[in-house]
Amino acid sequence: MQLTDKHREYWRRNLRLTAILLGIWFVVTFVVIWFARELNDIVIMGFPFAFYMGAQGSLIIYVLVIWYYARRMNQLDLEYGVHEGEN
Amino acid sequence: MATALSSNAAFFQQLKKYYLFYTGGFVSFVIILAILEQMGLPPRIIGYVFLAATIALYAGIGIMSKTADVSEYYVAGRRVPALFNGMATGADWMSAASFIGMAGTLYLTGYDGLAFVMGWTGGYVLVALFLAPYLRKFGQFTIPDFLGARYGGNLPRTIGVVAAIICSFTYVIAQIYGVGIITSRFTGLSFGVGVYAGLAGILVCSFLGGMRAVTWTQVAQYIILIFAYMIPVVWLSVNITGNPIPQIAYGQALQGVTAKEKELNDPTTVLGAAEASVRALHKEKAAEWGGKLKALNEAVTSGNGAAFLAEQKALVQAKLDELKAAPEPDAKKITTAEEDLKAFPANVAALKAKWVKAEKGAKAKSGPIAAHAEPFSGKGAEKKLLKENPAATPEEIAKAKAEDEKASNSKRNNFIALVLCLMVGTASLPHILMRYYTTPSVRDARKSVFWSLFFIFLLYFTAPALAVLAKYEVYHHLVGSSFAALPAWVSNWQAVDATLMKIVDMNKDGLIQLAEITIGGDLIVLATPEIAGLPYVISGLVAAGGLAAALSTADGLLLTIANALSHDVYYKMIDPSASTLRRLSVSKALLLVVAVLAAYVTSLKPGDILFLVGAAFSLAASAFFPALVLGVFWKRANHLGAVIGMLAGLGLCMYYMYMTYDFFGVNAPLWFDIKPISAGIFGMSAGFLGVIVGSLVSPAPSKEVQALVDHVRYPSLTGDINTNAA
Repeated sequence: MQLTDKHREYWRRNLRLTAILLGIWFVVTFVVIWFARELNDIVIMGFPFAFYMGAQGSLIIYVLVIWYYARRMNQLDLEYGVHEGEN
Repeated sequence: MATALSSNAAFFQQLKKYYLFYTGGFVSFVIILAILEQMGLPPRIIGYVFLAATIALYAGIGIMSKTADVSEYYVAGRRVPALFNGMATGADWMSAASFIGMAGTLYLTGYDGLAFVMGWTGGYVLVALFLAPYLRKFGQFTIPDFLGARYGGNLPRTIGVVAAIICSFTYVIAQIYGVGIITSRFTGLSFGVGVYAGLAGILVCSFLGGMRAVTWTQVAQYIILIFAYMIPVVWLSVNITGNPIPQIAYGQALQGVTAKEKELNDPTTVLGAAEASVRALHKEKAAEWGGKLKALNEAVTSGNGAAFLAEQKALVQAKLDELKAAPEPDAKKITTAEEDLKAFPANVAALKAKWVKAEKGAKAKSGPIAAHAEPFSGKGAEKKLLKENPAATPEEIAKAKAEDEKASNSKRNNFIALVLCLMVGTASLPHILMRYYTTPSVRDARKSVFWSLFFIFLLYFTAPALAVLAKYEVYHHLVGSSFAALPAWVSNWQAVDATLMKIVDMNKDGLIQLAEITIGGDLIVLATPEIAGLPYVISGLVAAGGLAAALSTADGLLLTIANALSHDVYYKMIDPSASTLRRLSVSKALLLVVAVLAAYVTSLKPGDILFLVGAAFSLAASAFFPALVLGVFWKRANHLGAVIGMLAGLGLCMYYMYMTYDFFGVNAPLWFDIKPISAGIFGMSAGFLGVIVGSLVSPAPSKEVQALVDHVRYPSLTGDINTNAA
């Protein structure tokens, strides 16, 4: 089947969303680990920051990233008419 | 289609009702047992009832879900709602290592153990963004199916099958090991019998109903394991901090722990001085072991290894004889000596390994304790220098500082490598990816990844809290108390298993010092109910939870292996015209063979469990991830690229493990100081490079293959080809 420009735009927007969310994943994981020794000097509510990120903070962000991706992509499917169900 | 949607909704409502009813039933069961306990039911019986009842339950679900339909057998009929698939994935995912081992690892290693927490959750981001929706759209039965269709020919499929079997088999051994440990600990059966009893539970379920039975059992297992994990931690949190939300409350406990660490490391305080005296004793012991090792090495280099071994064994025998000949024989000491003799290493290498471990243990306890929240602590060379030589020159100090920094950076690099391997491995393990074939639609597959991680997250973000709370309890209530009044949980566990809990009054002051306590990681989760002062029924619940975690993962893995053999090898390559009945019987027969083989290998107790688990992730990451992801995101990727990439990735990863993991005895120098468990970092790089180079030097894939790529990228296209297998 021939793809239309609309299809290509859907895929571009998917790639952009994927790249942005992957960037967030990268920062909260690897950048935080790289600077863990320095970031631990910041203490919030009894938690050194890098420790908190590794134990809980990053995990919360992972869950939110996946939640947002599912929501946004399911919207894009509808917007670009590539959703399942009708045909 | 509208009727399909409404029937899906009705199915969801029905499932919700079933599982709510089931949860209610399970809670009542626990309450009834608790009442019986108060009336005098002995703990051993409670342990039996728990294990028997839960295994019977799983078998019951398996029998109710038996099926003779291929699509039901392989992908649960593709109608598992997102939420339930999430729960099933959670149980599939969380193994004995997560349930029992993780909090203990965090207790023992502090920040550095968080690599597992981050690695085993962050990988789902990759599953969500790169794989789950596309695999669901492709919609066949196994991961090699995708490789076969996307890259053409039997070769990519075959490599996929081999890789799936290697990593799943490595992983399943670790699970069955966990099953054996839990059943033997809580029922008193021997390890070997425990393995086979647990295996029977696994088999009844997957044997009759394949993926369908496994899915609905895993949902039931998730519910048990999450209750079993949460109840003791919440209780402990209330006891220690007065706050029932451990994930928030442990910040306060962490501050208490940090303050105590400083006190214990400061020899000018009362507690610190006592610690220092015990550390000095450990230092002497370490030197003693060091001397013994030196003698052993000299004996080996001069070719007298065997004689040395016999000599050492004779010493142990002599000690036993002496004890027996004493005027008043001490029965307890004699038993220990007899056990020592029985467990005496059979060869020089094993003796050396044992002594090296003893020396390392003593050395670790002779130094100050590392702060729980501190990442990548260095070697402590600077502190040591200043202590031994307060008048050290600036050059000497700078040198020591550089040494510390080097050690710390190496730890950081290994941490990053491990996190990456675990994450990418998560997104490559076939038994997890397979689960996203079972949802009704692409839409549900996306939502299902969210639910999966949410349910996994509930346990994983609790584990760090449990580790800190347990540490608080040990540092504040155990350390400094008297040997005459040991808490009940300490003496109980010491009697059950000395590798989990051991306290010896080394400096004979009658008080407990931290350096006198030896704790095995698994103790933390197993003993939490007792530390929190809960009745034994909760300990039984924890055992049932651990068993659920191990069984559910083993189920998923065994099914993956059997499916790879029966579907990919038998049906797709050997006999494509096989009837449905024949396909299913072959699959079931293989399941049985693989399960028995896995149990047999497990009963030999091979290697270190944590390494086996880590190795499975590194292998999966190297073999699958590059070919799978580029298969969706890069149309140009082709047959040759996939073959080269997968072989190079898997090959390099295995080569590095073989060369550097001490089990194999080669012990070649490390590359960039990266430990063998993270070999996947080299394998993955080789994999990506292989796919890209291999694809670019050979022609672009055919039009049909490019159409297939478009097909998986869009949830629905007009005039869509249908790749759903039935």
